[in-house]
Amino acid sequence: MHGHIIPTRTYLLVCGALLVLTGATVAANFVELGVFNTVAALAIAGAKAALIVLYFMHVRYSGGLTQLIVLAGLLWLGLLLVGAMDDYLTRGWLPVPGK
Amino acid sequence: MTTRRHALRAPLAHHFDTLEQQHDANVLGMWVFLLTELMLFGALFLMYTVNRYAYARVFEEGSRHLDLAFGAVNTAVLIVSSLLMALAVHSAQSGSSRFRTALLLMGTAALGTTFLVIKGFEYYHHWEAHEVPGLNWLWTGANAPQIQIFFMLYFFMTGVHAIHLIIGITLVAIMLLNTLRGKYNEMYYAPVEMTGLYWHLVDVIWVFLFPLLYLVAKH
Repeated sequence: MHGHIIPTRTYLLVCGALLVLTGATVAANFVELGVFNTVAALAIAGAKAALIVLYFMHVRYSGGLTQLIVLAGLLWLGLLLVGAMDDYLTRGWLPVPGK
Repeated sequence: MTTRRHALRAPLAHHFDTLEQQHDANVLGMWVFLLTELMLFGALFLMYTVNRYAYARVFEEGSRHLDLAFGAVNTAVLIVSSLLMALAVHSAQSGSSRFRTALLLMGTAALGTTFLVIKGFEYYHHWEAHEVPGLNWLWTGANAPQIQIFFMLYFFMTGVHAIHLIIGITLVAIMLLNTLRGKYNEMYYAPVEMTGLYWHLVDVIWVFLFPLLYLVAKH
């Protein structure tokens, strides 16, 4: 035996939480919140992803190196999205010489 | 002396000191691979973000043409499939009977297939409504080119996700056969665990695809 064994009960609780959050995100769709609809939907998706990664994928109980690699992946994904979007969002701010 | 063709594999490979070290190396390597998958989907999410920012109103209209019920049911189907996958890994690592592990793997694959069947019905629905860009696109309403971008992203993102799920189902089926043949035990179950990590990642991707595609606007 090697690797941390998580009790079956924990898996069932996590699954229950994931299903409740799915219900919540669908319910939130029927309430008019403006931009906060998208914010709420992404926050719930983030919480669900965290539960899956930490418990179903055992990252909460993994070694520090694995946890570091997961964080590095999120950092690079963030750089990809933020780096590209700050270009797209600010393109029109300055005039292009000769245009 | 004859040896069995499918003799039990030695649990510890010669280049590792302990099972614990071997396990950590397996997990680490798998995560590095999963992050390359995250970068692949990351590029798709970026394409989505750029276009949604540019055509926010049109994406709301496009989203209303997706069936929220199908999307929500499919989300639940994948979550339960992930639970069964996690329980299958749990069963393998705690040395339960091979039939228990096999049954859980069978449930995982069955739910994965259910997801694809539901997705197939959805695709068929869009085909009937002439909403498939490049194949039978016919849009009589306003903003046809921008709506087409939404549907291109919808088919591209859900399509790449579906391909991953097909690979996942194939891997789970291989794990199922190997489990029944007695290839794994509580000392050696790494392939089952790695298949589990892949399966859960495909689930995580869907967790984001669902709100981004189906929940853009109030239904």
